[in-house]
Amino acid sequence: MAARNVAMREAIRRALREEMHRDENVFVMGEEVAYWQGTHRVTRGFLEEFGERRVRDTPISEMAIGGVAVGAAMAGLRPVAEFMTINFAFLALDAIANHAAKVRYFFDGMFTVPLVYRAASGWGNQATASHSHAPEPIFAHFPGLYVGCPSNSLDAYGMLKASIRDDNPVLFTESIALYPKPSPMPDDLDEDYLIPIGKGDIKREGGDVTLVAYARGVDWALQAARALARDGVEAEVVDLRWLRPLDMALVYESFKKTNRCVIVEESLPMYSFGSEIAALLQENMFDYMDAPIKRVAAEDAPLPYSKDIELLALPDAQKVVNAVKEIL
Amino acid sequence: MAAPTKAMLLDWYRQMVLIREFEETCHRLYEEKRITGVYLHLYSGHEASGVGSMAALRKSDHVITAYRDHGIALILGMDPKAVMAEMMGKKTGSSGGKGGSMHLASKDHNFWGGYAIVGGHLPLAAGIALEARYHGKDDVTMTYVGDGATNNGYFHESLNMSAIWDLPVVWIIENNGYAMGTEVDRASGQVELHRKAEAYGIKSFGRVDAQNALEVYAVASKAVDYARANGPAVIEHVTYRYRGHGVSDKQYDAREDMSAELKEWMATREPIVILRDCIESQYNDVADTLAGHEADAKRIVAEAVTFAEASELPSGYEDLMRNTYVSSERVHKTAHTIGAGID
Repeated sequence: MAARNVAMREAIRRALREEMHRDENVFVMGEEVAYWQGTHRVTRGFLEEFGERRVRDTPISEMAIGGVAVGAAMAGLRPVAEFMTINFAFLALDAIANHAAKVRYFFDGMFTVPLVYRAASGWGNQATASHSHAPEPIFAHFPGLYVGCPSNSLDAYGMLKASIRDDNPVLFTESIALYPKPSPMPDDLDEDYLIPIGKGDIKREGGDVTLVAYARGVDWALQAARALARDGVEAEVVDLRWLRPLDMALVYESFKKTNRCVIVEESLPMYSFGSEIAALLQENMFDYMDAPIKRVAAEDAPLPYSKDIELLALPDAQKVVNAVKEIL
Repeated sequence: MAAPTKAMLLDWYRQMVLIREFEETCHRLYEEKRITGVYLHLYSGHEASGVGSMAALRKSDHVITAYRDHGIALILGMDPKAVMAEMMGKKTGSSGGKGGSMHLASKDHNFWGGYAIVGGHLPLAAGIALEARYHGKDDVTMTYVGDGATNNGYFHESLNMSAIWDLPVVWIIENNGYAMGTEVDRASGQVELHRKAEAYGIKSFGRVDAQNALEVYAVASKAVDYARANGPAVIEHVTYRYRGHGVSDKQYDAREDMSAELKEWMATREPIVILRDCIESQYNDVADTLAGHEADAKRIVAEAVTFAEASELPSGYEDLMRNTYVSSERVHKTAHTIGAGID
């Protein structure tokens, strides 16, 4: 099948644009989404194409962005609300965790909240401490919300479409580092190509160790797998894609084969994605476990400005390779 | 705005005595431990604020409020049985026992709910109003907000957003003098709360004596008309709470100044008495109707209690997890049980 390389931001733009054409109730709102053409250029051209009614610049008001999306969704619209970066979504945590995620529950199903929060996530180049979070696990803590975190262009396309079409609230994070990264998308891609919510993916097969990751962590895991292959070690890379619901069936299947696991993530190590996966593996797969579960995450420090120590704090493929070698 | 008709006034009286009976019954049931939990914020004393303002709405308009929501629910016509059952956490409650006192709602009545986080419902109100604007409808979203919430960020961001987007919201600040235990002048640099509207370029309809349902109605009618045609409006209702902030409020026992203040309000500014006096001064054939409404209120609330107490409690894992998510088979197939909760 013919395919060409597409940057992840282009795939996201295409998915969003097609969904806006498909459903008149889908609209975008957020800081600089209209006249600025999107801080990350995802909504480039949208204002011209769809007009101010459906492409709505907001003030710098994250609490309102979070909550207006909830009200609009309850009333029948399908908002795609953008947080310029996920760091700013902390300001909206109440709207996300207490309202988007819970309105349906505490009114026992009276309302649906079909919204998507999009947020750019991860560390930038010397973006400094307050702009350098990959805090997806914080949001994945809350039942009622789904959390999607794509690792390549095709996944981003299919996952965003599934999120927009789903009747539950979804936090959809987009790794800043992956925005410009090209990856293949088929030329004859169906506009209804959807990746089901909660469905993970094996990005590389291997029988010696399972690397579990999401979003940018998948990149590091794949690089590490290629390096390990040169030493004759075949790593299987499980891309969970969604932090909630979590496709643990896929992880267990892989782990039964490899009996070893390293978890890779861009975010901080405490109370993390890695902690959760490791806990579930030891609870449910104890009989298959041949070595300690290892975790590769950012160092437990705020991200500094200065380049060398910034890089020191972050995970990379070499750290994954080292972790694998410790448990082989 | 037309002056309220005799039928309207009598109906307001019916609503107000029903609310009072319902709320005072809740208070008694809580003391008897027949209603449990830690939150129960009663609308006694506030009746004219809700009754007079909602009389200015039409059926297709929307209403949303905070946690002092029982009165709002009853005014909109929710079944007192379902509301009382919700107080007791019963399956027959309006929110299936999942929400409790602070989370009443009814889609059928365009009542978008009571919300428990101070100010948390304000951007939701803007979002509901945005849907009306988006689809070219002129329905108004009437939004009740306490004096305390005017100091938090949600208030600022939501009012500002309603202004720049010309959203048809009537923001009604119910100023009952206290945010929990903090007097307005200890919490807000601007003590005339309606004047906060000026900061956002929103039209203020001023401060209203909200113990008088007729005055409330007169101003609300103007504000609703304005919002329908133009955009957001603000009104400040000056009112008082008879049962404190909520059931945890012990201030009125501890502070003589507050208990004296409460007695003064009840003696001189009782909303039900004010309305009754107004009706009786205009009509001399209403005694039976008024007495009938009072008797009905007692009967309706008693029946609601009987119904609620006889109802089943939710139980088991299915009831616990239901409506965490909209059902979705494709998710269920792949979800780890921790992430599931799908009906």
